[in-house]
Amino acid sequence: MKENIEKIKDPIISTRNLSIAYDKGNYAVKQVSVDIKKNSVTAIMGPSGCGKSTFLRAINRMHELYENIETEGEVFLNGKDISKMQVIKLRRMAGMVFQRPNPFPTMSIYDNVIAGYKLNGIHIKKKEKDEIVERSLLDVSLWDEVKDSLFKKGTFLSGGQQQRLCIARALAFNPKVILLDEPTSAIDPVATSKIEDLLVKLKKNYTILMVTHNMSQAARISDYSLFMYLGELVEYGKTKNMFTNPKDRRTEEYLTGKFG
Amino acid sequence: MNSDKITKIVLLSASLIILLVSGGMVFSLVKGAIPTFHAFGLNFIISNQWDPSQGKEAYGALPFIAGTIMTSVTALLICLPLSFSTSLFLGEYFKDKKIARVIRLMVDLLAGIPSIVYGLWGFYVLRPLLIDLGLPNQGFGVFTASLILAIMIIPYATSLSNEIITMVPNDLKEAAYSLGATRYEVIFNVIIPSARSGIIAGYILAFGRALGETMAVTMLIGNANVIPTGFFDTGNTMASVIANQFGEADGLKLSSLIAIALLLFLITGIINAIGKLIIKKMA
Ligand SMILES: Nc1ncnc2c1ncn2[C@@H]1O[C@H](COP(=O)(O)OP(=O)(O)O)[C@@H](O)[C@H]1O
Ligand SMILES: [Mg+2]
Repeated sequence: MKENIEKIKDPIISTRNLSIAYDKGNYAVKQVSVDIKKNSVTAIMGPSGCGKSTFLRAINRMHELYENIETEGEVFLNGKDISKMQVIKLRRMAGMVFQRPNPFPTMSIYDNVIAGYKLNGIHIKKKEKDEIVERSLLDVSLWDEVKDSLFKKGTFLSGGQQQRLCIARALAFNPKVILLDEPTSAIDPVATSKIEDLLVKLKKNYTILMVTHNMSQAARISDYSLFMYLGELVEYGKTKNMFTNPKDRRTEEYLTGKFG
Repeated sequence: MNSDKITKIVLLSASLIILLVSGGMVFSLVKGAIPTFHAFGLNFIISNQWDPSQGKEAYGALPFIAGTIMTSVTALLICLPLSFSTSLFLGEYFKDKKIARVIRLMVDLLAGIPSIVYGLWGFYVLRPLLIDLGLPNQGFGVFTASLILAIMIIPYATSLSNEIITMVPNDLKEAAYSLGATRYEVIFNVIIPSARSGIIAGYILAFGRALGETMAVTMLIGNANVIPTGFFDTGNTMASVIANQFGEADGLKLSSLIAIALLLFLITGIINAIGKLIIKKMA
């Protein structure tokens, strides 16, 4: 591994020479090898188009949904090669939150939280469902706001509440990691700071890997930062160190606003 | 006058012409139908007599209303499973594959073929086939007409519901996949529920089209002015009786055909409005 890439003991996620191309030979992510620390918030930063989303989506094998996307290299989750895992199990271990809040419009708040179970046709007892819904909504500090309207449509909530509902939906399976792709970019500042607080709180039980193009957000809440540029991993380390003392010239230029 | 003003006047007069034409059409239909409603009242709609013999002339629209409903509903029932599976195939299962592009092209092509071509094909190819299979009445009748109608509305319904299925945001599908759902589960638990009202609207529009379809039906339904007693019986639809008889009609008979046209105009208008309203509400 390169010297600007910090080594982590007992990582929850590791990638080795991970490369992804949307069309043959044209790599959006190039040879990324990195270890993500358990129970931390790790921010993926970099200018638009540098491959942040592409990298994140490799971890729960979202690229398999589309033909022609080629993935090379390896990804390990909890020590296991994800390409050898059942995709359903993998996706339950790695929940995903998207840029725009996307609760299922035909489902109630309650059903949105347990959507994973419903979609997969997993039958669980009413009592167990109630527990999962309450625990997940408590986890995202949404319980008090919606406990009296659990059977209303999730799309009636405000944008920030909808995004927290989507986080709750990802938490319902008790995943190991939560992958978030710019989860606050479509949300107002007050709701954003609520979600930031939430992510810091959640790292006690989960590992948070989050794409952000907002540097101050990365500085506020992340323990580790990963800086990508043109598909390459340029620098990776403790956020504090990277923001005060970037090792690579490109990281420094990005952090001082020279591009991006 | 500046060009802006001229443009405005040209556009306005064009719209006024459309308004005048449609207004005039309704007016002449109503005016033409008056003698019939004067003679038979609203009984015209529920009477099953169609007797042009001199002296005891009696006309009722029921045989044709019945024929229209029988053929259109049957056509819709045949069309539904076929077009729905095809639209899922095109819109989700194989949407990136070459074969989907080829089929989509074919569907658009089929949707543009004029009715008379379907009619000729039905007359010279489909009907002999049905005779060989043992259909009575020389292969003419409600069933044959329904079959050709179904073939005609399948491309229309397919392309409508395919459009609606592809409108379901990718975000929602990805959210479901990220929760471990399989493609089958995404289709039945996310795509279809989200697209439901649009799909229903698409089928209402297809039904509206079947109601008014004329040429092919006229050539295959057997043109009998009685309520069909079974699916293999001959009959007439509202559109086909008009096409079949208007040339030799005058007086009260002509008025009755115009009254049927007015009814058909109202029914298809209402059906289309309902379909469009649902689609508008969705968007
Ligand atoms: N679906 C796609 N098809 C083709 N190219 C894509 C697709 N998605 C992203 N790309 C390309 O891959 C590169 C990385 O994109 P992305 O990972 O979305 O960047 P980021 O999230 O950092 O803004 C960009 O050059 C982008 O144009
Ligand atoms: Mg992105």
